[in-house]
Amino acid sequence: MKYIREFRDGQLAQKLAGAIAREADPGRQYHLMEFCGGHTHAIFRYGVQDLVPANVTYVHGPGCPVCVLPVRRLDDAIELALKDNVILTTYGDMMRVPGTKQKSLIKAKAEGADVRMVYSTQDALRIARDNPHRQVVFFAIGFETTTPPTAVAILQAEAEGLTNFSVFCNHVLTPPAIAHIVEAPSEPGEIPVRIDGFLGPSHVSSVIGWAPYEPAARDFGKPVVIAGFEPLDVLQSTLMLIRQINDGRHEVENQYTRVVTQEGNRKAQALVDQVLELRRTFEWRGLGYVPDSALRIRARFAGFDAEKRFAVSPKESREIKSCDCPAVLRGVKKPTECKLFGTTCTPDTPVGACMVSSEGACAAYWTYGRKRAVA
Amino acid sequence: MCLAIPARVVSIDSDDMATVALEGIRKPVSTALLDDVTVGDYVLVHVGYALHKLSVEEAERTLQLMAEAGVLAEELEEMAGETAEAGT
Repeated sequence: MKYIREFRDGQLAQKLAGAIAREADPGRQYHLMEFCGGHTHAIFRYGVQDLVPANVTYVHGPGCPVCVLPVRRLDDAIELALKDNVILTTYGDMMRVPGTKQKSLIKAKAEGADVRMVYSTQDALRIARDNPHRQVVFFAIGFETTTPPTAVAILQAEAEGLTNFSVFCNHVLTPPAIAHIVEAPSEPGEIPVRIDGFLGPSHVSSVIGWAPYEPAARDFGKPVVIAGFEPLDVLQSTLMLIRQINDGRHEVENQYTRVVTQEGNRKAQALVDQVLELRRTFEWRGLGYVPDSALRIRARFAGFDAEKRFAVSPKESREIKSCDCPAVLRGVKKPTECKLFGTTCTPDTPVGACMVSSEGACAAYWTYGRKRAVA
Repeated sequence: MCLAIPARVVSIDSDDMATVALEGIRKPVSTALLDDVTVGDYVLVHVGYALHKLSVEEAERTLQLMAEAGVLAEELEEMAGETAEAGT
């Protein structure tokens, strides 16, 4: 696998680890938040935490789109799936996430709802073409990485006159979430999370570029290093963050230069802007309501907006009380501190979204680190 | 969800579709998000779409920087050690 294997090289990892050990000041603590679940998994899968000194700690962030989707929106999707004549399509990760009373899309499917897992929005369009007498809803979730394919699908549906296709839009934005984590007060009785710097998103940044993080770095005084998802990328970015912290700098630096530029993918940004617009506020699991942190379908494309096409009833959505997923997403608790972890909640019988998603912190701890004393 | 893999473009199939190859697997992807995709390019593939081109030059440069990361620090340390020894 060209351009993957090279970035997993063990000898280079040792070199980088050596440089980190030399440059990390033993009198200092470095709390680095990796925003993305992709980074969390790289850190665990390759044992990156064991390669860095004990005073360098990774704090896991909320960058798992399945995990941050609030239960109310999932309940709405389940309601849509159960409507007559609807085929609900979505990415595989969403199927097993538990909603209120542990209901999930896969359980709705078992009850007779037509829920289909798709790999791409192109598959959802194909299902709409093949089923002209059915209503095909694409349950869209994800950060800026996953948003452009949704925009393309809506434009394509319009061009083809595919009137039985619509999108339930839940796309969220990364920079406002980063700002919110730094600014937000912690819950009562919670020790606020300490963050000295951020490992910034890899593929989100391939779309939006690295410029959008500049206000957060400047205004909050936290260095941000845009980091690739391979273990060597994480190590090199860690070294770059340690250097910034030692120098008292708080800049946006880009380690992932092979993919990320300052301006990002302008064509993708323009397509998203053509179809979607900012929501004034949106609820995130763990973070609550975050201003300007999500996108909705523009009025001009209202015909493709599932929220306009179908009525969803107001409901009493409830998170599982004993599940610490919200605190895990804020970085204030480690998965192993949740009393459900590894007992009632495992990947086979997930109680919370953080255990379902392949990017969730709980899934990373379970798969790679549940026997570690300190993680 | 944000995971994406670099794959090599092996054919351009239409205005906005191409075929990519990765470890012997061939897959059609949408190139609607990119301009000027050509055969031989490495593109980042995410949910069936080519999201960004991968810069081969930057990939090599990053690997080079990584290889050098330890070396410079080692050299500086050696120099510091020598200076200290010379001073005593």
